[in-house]
Amino acid sequence: MRAISFVRQFVEVVLAIAIAPLFAGWIAQCRAWLQNRSAPPLLQPYRMLRKLFFKDAALAKDASALFRTTPYVLFGTMVLAAAIIPSLVTDLPLAQVADSIALVGLFATARVFLSLAAMDIGTAFGTLGARREMMVGFLSEPALLMVLFNAFLLYGSTSLPSLVDAYRVHQYVVDPSVIFAAVAFVMVALAENARIPIDNPSTHLELTMIHEAMLLEYSARHLALVEWASSLKLFNYACIGFALFLPWGIATHGMDSGWALPVAIAALIGKLVIAGAGLALIESLSAKLRIFRAPEYLAMAFLLAVLGLLVHLLLGA
Amino acid sequence: MTHEFESAMKQLPSNLPCNHTRVGAVRWRQSAERFHTDGGRLLTLWGSDDRDRDGLFRIYAAYLLKEGVAVVEHEMEHGTTPAYPSLAETFPCALRMERAIHDLLGITSMEPDHRGWLRHGGWPQTVFPLRRDFDGSQQFSVNSQPYPFVQVEGDGVHEIAVGPVHAGTIEPGHFRFSVVGEKVLRLEERLGYTHKGVSKRFEEMSQKEGRHLAARLSGDSAVAFSWAYAAALEAITQTACPPRAANLRALALEHERLANHLGDLGALGNDAGFAFGLTQFSRMKEDLLRVNLSTFGARYLFDFIQPGGVASDLPPSAPPLLLDHYHVLEENVSSLRVIYDNHAGLQDRFRESGILSQEMAEKLGAIGLAGRASGVPLDLRVDHPCSPYDRLQPKMITQSAGDVAARVQVRFDEIFESLRLCRMLLADFAPGPIQTECSLAEPGRLGLGLIEGWRGPVLIALESGPDGAIRRCHAHDPSWQNWPLLEYAILGNIVPDFPLINKSFNLSYSGHDG
Repeated sequence: MRAISFVRQFVEVVLAIAIAPLFAGWIAQCRAWLQNRSAPPLLQPYRMLRKLFFKDAALAKDASALFRTTPYVLFGTMVLAAAIIPSLVTDLPLAQVADSIALVGLFATARVFLSLAAMDIGTAFGTLGARREMMVGFLSEPALLMVLFNAFLLYGSTSLPSLVDAYRVHQYVVDPSVIFAAVAFVMVALAENARIPIDNPSTHLELTMIHEAMLLEYSARHLALVEWASSLKLFNYACIGFALFLPWGIATHGMDSGWALPVAIAALIGKLVIAGAGLALIESLSAKLRIFRAPEYLAMAFLLAVLGLLVHLLLGA
Repeated sequence: MTHEFESAMKQLPSNLPCNHTRVGAVRWRQSAERFHTDGGRLLTLWGSDDRDRDGLFRIYAAYLLKEGVAVVEHEMEHGTTPAYPSLAETFPCALRMERAIHDLLGITSMEPDHRGWLRHGGWPQTVFPLRRDFDGSQQFSVNSQPYPFVQVEGDGVHEIAVGPVHAGTIEPGHFRFSVVGEKVLRLEERLGYTHKGVSKRFEEMSQKEGRHLAARLSGDSAVAFSWAYAAALEAITQTACPPRAANLRALALEHERLANHLGDLGALGNDAGFAFGLTQFSRMKEDLLRVNLSTFGARYLFDFIQPGGVASDLPPSAPPLLLDHYHVLEENVSSLRVIYDNHAGLQDRFRESGILSQEMAEKLGAIGLAGRASGVPLDLRVDHPCSPYDRLQPKMITQSAGDVAARVQVRFDEIFESLRLCRMLLADFAPGPIQTECSLAEPGRLGLGLIEGWRGPVLIALESGPDGAIRRCHAHDPSWQNWPLLEYAILGNIVPDFPLINKSFNLSYSGHDG
């Protein structure tokens, strides 16, 4: 393993941490434009984080160590996830020990910690949010795994960097199962990141919240870390999507020219711009689903992913 | 008996046909039952401390009947606890009003629910702020006691307490849900957090000043309340409002209806996660408020209506500008209605949420917009039109489904109807004065003002004191009748649908708490 790999790994992680809030800001901006509002500045999420880091944290009287450590755990798991997703390069030293199944596990860890922390305080809303989050989580995880198995069937690996490398070799093969998997993935990504139609990230109605209800008791630096972790999660999901379905521009193994990394960065930013606009469009066009429609929605995602598998097995083989 | 009862009725000054009668305790109950079987509605209950005059406490009930309004008065001797028979068995909405009257006046209905309604520990249980011997400047330390909510027991039942402080910037109210999973088994409201002592404050004001306070009882119904106040005062002083001023009042009232309906439709879209609707409707509402500023001189019309007329005339440039604005507004609302009606996600949230059946609405005494959406055709502008509505002939707009979608449709339809009325009003403007002098009322005269605001009928009962003072002024917001409806509409729905259902009623906290 060469030193340059570690440098690239480092650059990728730092870039992910740095631009994740920017991605969230871009989506907010697109949403505002689509709704005929004047948009908040692109850098608004950074200002928010800065403001929160400078405030004094208020903790509930009954908060245990779990509540206090959860923001760090969340942030840590999302950074780790960013380290094993090939957003810029596939030559990732860390990725060799964790494939995409482990990645799903990382997201699950974060979910469990956040839900436990929400229940730790003992308020009605925290528990309400945690319960709903677990309902969404246990339905979206299998759907996500099915999407990943689609890729496995196509390229013979569950490791995302290997998938991207393999794509380089077979890049002219377009398999119909990819379309099913891609639709399923977008549906799961919306649900997992607390976006419309499952959850509404900008709501102030405490009774309808899922993700936000779990954060109601967090303040200052804790809230900043949780918010940052949320935007990192969204960024990570976008990068998983790019790795699975739009892997153009990612610097693969053996691409050692000095241009590979700048090209990869430019490609990533281009893709994020388009994905963010697309996400904002979906959110602006839909209303929020009634919460008991969420299982139907996620079952649909699961079904599409399974259809992808069947299409591949029956037609593609 | 019936004949006896009717012959005892006297005319009462009001902008509607209004009768008044004085009864004993037995008749108090009987008259309520009779009005109920005749399809009447309880409009409001209020009490008065007349011990300084004749040593008695009085309780009044106002009923809305087909032929007009009937006010029934009952006198109580000042014993240790003056009491009167409760009307809650006949009219369920009376219960909270009776509890509020007890908190303020210390006269009690013979009803077992004695939990305070407006008194949240802000003053001692033995003190009654609306009595004449109470000094309004007195201060008490807050001593809040736990409120015994009705408990629901069973496997897996738990409570969710929401409010009075909410995550968003809205008025304070407490909602106690008993739920199994997400399903609501019971909702109990607790209101009164914005009680400001308005009735007591009225008694320190002159009849001329009172209109300012009346307009501010519930900010979204400023025109309706200030018109009701003006109507009550004009009725007791026998002042006739000039026709041009009446037209201007109706124009202002319809503008208020339009602005509130536009705001609500946007908020309803937003609560279903459709933020596009909110921005569009908010823009339209803002445009309308700016038109208000240029035509009436204020965005929200707090001081536009005065006893005897209105504060300002339309500028000469206003009519064409208003007609243009109505045209644009109508087109915009029409296209947004198509979007709302055809949006599958939105309709899925609206339909069959928060159903209030017609039977339930009748039983609970629903009035106003929420009642009309459940097929209860009550609209003072249609049933008992006062000038200028008698010439306009507004259409009664109803829906039968009683769900959120029905309340949305009623709002859409009323917007178009209001625009039609506004156009007719503009076409009908004759030159003339906009203000007449409103003389001082002779002391001890009771008058009623009743105006159909955007939410429903608002009522002001005004009793004059000596030298232009107010002896007693009771203001009633239709939210009193309609808050209990929400407790029924939510049953069997899921917790996350509550904000949407609540918004579809959009009841007033301030107007209710007084």
